[in-house]
Amino acid sequence: MTTEQTPEHAPEQTPAPSTSPSPAPSTSQDAPARPLVHLARVNKHFGSLHVLRDIDLDVAKGEVVVVIGPSGSGKSTLCRAINRLETIDDGVIELDGKPLPAEGKELARLRSDVGMVFQSFNLFAHRSILENVTLGPIKVRKVKPKEAKEQAMALLERVGVASQADKMPAQLSGGQQQRVAIARALAMRPKVILFDEPTSALDPEMVNEVLDVMVALAKEGMTMIVVTHEMGFARKAADRVVFMSDGQIVEQADPESFFTNPQSGRARDFLGKILTH
Amino acid sequence: MSLFEQIGFLFTSYDIPAAFWVNIQLSFWAAIGALVIGTVLGLMRVSPVPSLRWLGTSYVTLLRNTPLTVIMLFLVLGVWGQLKIELAPDFNTNFFLFAIVGLAIYHAAFVCEAVRSGINTVPLGQAEAARAIGLSFLPAARLVLLPQAVRGAVAPLGNVLIALIKNSTVAAAASVATETSSVMKTMIEFNGNMTVLIFMIFALGYVILVVPIGLLTTWGSRRLAVSR
Repeated sequence: MTTEQTPEHAPEQTPAPSTSPSPAPSTSQDAPARPLVHLARVNKHFGSLHVLRDIDLDVAKGEVVVVIGPSGSGKSTLCRAINRLETIDDGVIELDGKPLPAEGKELARLRSDVGMVFQSFNLFAHRSILENVTLGPIKVRKVKPKEAKEQAMALLERVGVASQADKMPAQLSGGQQQRVAIARALAMRPKVILFDEPTSALDPEMVNEVLDVMVALAKEGMTMIVVTHEMGFARKAADRVVFMSDGQIVEQADPESFFTNPQSGRARDFLGKILTH
Repeated sequence: MSLFEQIGFLFTSYDIPAAFWVNIQLSFWAAIGALVIGTVLGLMRVSPVPSLRWLGTSYVTLLRNTPLTVIMLFLVLGVWGQLKIELAPDFNTNFFLFAIVGLAIYHAAFVCEAVRSGINTVPLGQAEAARAIGLSFLPAARLVLLPQAVRGAVAPLGNVLIALIKNSTVAAAASVATETSSVMKTMIEFNGNMTVLIFMIFALGYVILVVPIGLLTTWGSRRLAVSR
């Protein structure tokens, strides 16, 4: 259990990922000891605003990490930095032992391995539901269209929107669109999926249909980094809760410990505000 | 001579449709050129590479703010006259091609701005989602951004095309003597008593050419609407 503000893997200064000990809690025997996602001393400024301060975070394969914190704490920025939708000022972000490339084809290849689910779904508005899911596999992975379509239908079936395959995104409800977005991310067979407040733009009655899909994914062993306000999801599916405030990781722990016994004042304050009713 | 006799006289003495046909050809090829160059410039202006953005901006600033007549004269007197660059061995074809080049590079600057404003109508999240599934800049532009940008760009592109058709008369400055404004000048020179009528014929000709384009782009931008 990690309770201190200081990162517990400070000696990892030199890039020797295969030999450095992993602090991740749920490392399976067959997986190598290095974390799947590794952030070290990551800093970012928006003008004079220091949005990410010396972020150290390791996520092991198969781990589900939920990032919570007050708005403006930098959690979305952190999420978006992992596939470089936000650039960082300094520090290291590695995926599967490889540092994030700055631009071009290398970066595109990396992004194809990192799924992303956005708050506002961002389905391609001019393409059908099915095409939204097949576009990446066909154009990036060079999967044959017929094969891609079969896989896409299976994924749409899995998230419960197969009957909508030929519709356009605008014809679907928010909850359905977000489930399609998850299917679109899964279609790339990503190593990790980032969820940037996936339920924040949804009507309340649609939140659970999306969370159910996410819980199922977590149970199947998908590596997930989830920025969310859904404490229920964190309790049900997270291996670890990371609490951010003012651009810093203040505290991280397993969900049970975090919710019942937060160590820092800021976490207690935050939980007090959201858990009272 | 009655009005009808005058019209009959003008149309039998001068091949007016042929003059318009020259402008249609000029406009057609110049429009294709402008569309291609302008789209490339538009993409450069939204690309992640700073030097490409700078190049695109410089092009637009320079070409958009230079009078078309000056560009045409520069091509004929400067590029052909002084630098001796020839686009075709045949004298008339050469000037015809220079006129197309002049029209294309000038209107490309306006096409660029139309394309860019179209791209700006596409929400940022669309580009982010495209990048997030691993599409690099050009595939993302081709598969996700441009198809949605077209809708917002159709109306401004229609305006550029209309301006281009009318501006094709400036080809006279590039010594294309068979196009409408040159033919019109000749007609007026020899038929001073019919000046008003001659003006009306050419004005009407252009209205007939241009009106369908306005209707077409209105229809097109409605047809291509992407619901969100």
